[in-house]
Amino acid sequence: MSKVLMKGNEAIGEGAIRAGCRHFFGYPITPQSELPHYLAKRMPEVGGVFLQAESEVSSINMVYGAAGSGVRVMTSSSSPGLSLMQEGISYMAGAELPCVIVNVMRGGPGLGNIAPSQSDYFQATKGGGHGDYKLITLAPASVQEIIDMMAKAFDLADQYRTQVMVLGDGVLGQMMEPVELGEMKEVEQLPKPWAATGLRGRSERNIINSLYIVPEVCEELNQKLFAKYAEIAAKEKLWEEYQLAEAEIVLVAYGTAARICKAAVEKARANGIKAGLIRPITLWPFPTEVMAQAAITAKEFLTVEMSMGQMVEDVRLAVNGACPVHFYGRTGGMVPTVTDVLTEIEKLAGGDQQ
Amino acid sequence: MIKEVFKKTSVLTDKPFHYCPGCTHGIIHRLVAEVIDELGIADNTVGVAPVGCAVFAYDYFNLDMFEAAHGRAPAVATGIKRSLPDRIVFTYQGDGDLASIGTAEIVHAAARSEKFTTIFVNNAVYGMTGGQMAPTTLLGQKTTTTPQGRNQELNGFPIRMSELLATMDGAVYVARVSVHNAIHVNKAKKAIKEAFMAQINGLGFAIVEVLSSCPTNWGLSPNEALKWLEENMIPYYPLGVFKSPAEVD
Repeated sequence: MSKVLMKGNEAIGEGAIRAGCRHFFGYPITPQSELPHYLAKRMPEVGGVFLQAESEVSSINMVYGAAGSGVRVMTSSSSPGLSLMQEGISYMAGAELPCVIVNVMRGGPGLGNIAPSQSDYFQATKGGGHGDYKLITLAPASVQEIIDMMAKAFDLADQYRTQVMVLGDGVLGQMMEPVELGEMKEVEQLPKPWAATGLRGRSERNIINSLYIVPEVCEELNQKLFAKYAEIAAKEKLWEEYQLAEAEIVLVAYGTAARICKAAVEKARANGIKAGLIRPITLWPFPTEVMAQAAITAKEFLTVEMSMGQMVEDVRLAVNGACPVHFYGRTGGMVPTVTDVLTEIEKLAGGDQQ
Repeated sequence: MIKEVFKKTSVLTDKPFHYCPGCTHGIIHRLVAEVIDELGIADNTVGVAPVGCAVFAYDYFNLDMFEAAHGRAPAVATGIKRSLPDRIVFTYQGDGDLASIGTAEIVHAAARSEKFTTIFVNNAVYGMTGGQMAPTTLLGQKTTTTPQGRNQELNGFPIRMSELLATMDGAVYVARVSVHNAIHVNKAKKAIKEAFMAQINGLGFAIVEVLSSCPTNWGLSPNEALKWLEENMIPYYPLGVFKSPAEVD
């Protein structure tokens, strides 16, 4: 199988098409624009729908309509655009509509900049919009992983009737790497008997709705959602371990930051420091168990993020006081270097020896 | 020999309306349902309900239905119609929903000439949230947020949505009707049918603005409210067809 050179943003689009997605609604924003560019050309080739909406608010509501009609649908945006979509995502959570939402994060808050960042972690993993809900958050770290992950994203969305966010950053979106695409295959999809498609002989009406005016009924919905989330948490946690065996200093990082950490761990090991890395692939559900396990033998944890420290809170909860959890982060679009991270590792290793 | 001259349409469910006494939502629901029935499209139609007084419209139409966020019905309808192009899709929206928070959505749905039908119920006030000023509230009209009456200096001018949308190339049918008496109810039904026909014929975006009453928030009896509508709303919101498929051709 031959490899092709592809940009991360394009890989998201191609991966979605290969996952059977034929509907995309979005609004331009940097640094994810190559994705709508790619799909504007590619969707018509596969008989799909590409529509540029008038705003992010509209795009997510178009996704709501399409998802409720039973099709595989995706939107994509970047940080400020994602903020605008939060209302719609909350409605989709209430109506249990499956969809894939891509966020190629940039520096913030506010208009911020178009440089890579990871500062939307809270918004991605804690709900983000109003009300009690969660969404599955997948964090790829390479262009190949993006291609493979898109099928997983759509399958999870349909299986659990939930929203799945693919959370990348400007580095991942913009970088080019060789990828193996494999063959285009017909995708088997779950039937969606709940979709509102017109009665067409059905006697029971299908209603797509998130209005639960009676508190008892609304609480029931929330309990039903959280039972579903508990099932997702039990079954769908994904992570990668790197040099974790006998690691005394355990790094935790995702996406682009994890790639930097991997290189730093290699250098630390070469210098005789027993460092290792846990890379969460699902940010929600968060792979807590592997961290709790590693914390039993580790001396120090170091969380590295392109933010002021958001995931570090989840790491601390997972480690639960078993060992100290330190943080190193750059923000506003600054990317940590391998040397920066190695210095932090060395500080922790040195501190231990003193 | 008994001849049946009037019966309930099967496109409405048996659920009793929650609307206030004298509110004309009930009439407008019935007109939409009758049109869908007469066109024989009930099995193939998907409706989108708004936020506001008609938020429970999905309980009353015996159809597959969506409940959209405030103002977003045209975006939701776009998503449905682009996914299922052979279905008949309509939105049912009030003036706060369509002319305020959802102005962008309706203007751009019209600009794209989305092939769905919008029923726009204009009663010049926010009903469900407590009688506040709407974009369509008349100058001088008292509401809970314009206790001295709507003042153009403070609150700006009422928006004539039909006139605005009729300027757009993508809108193929735009009409304003009223339901304040039997003659106008019949005319309203004719316009609603035209709007659905525009969609059935694949022509593009169609909207019917229906002037409606709100006795509760206007502080009037049902009869007084209909009279107020006729005497105050129609002069500012003239009835008629602003654009029809014939003109578009």
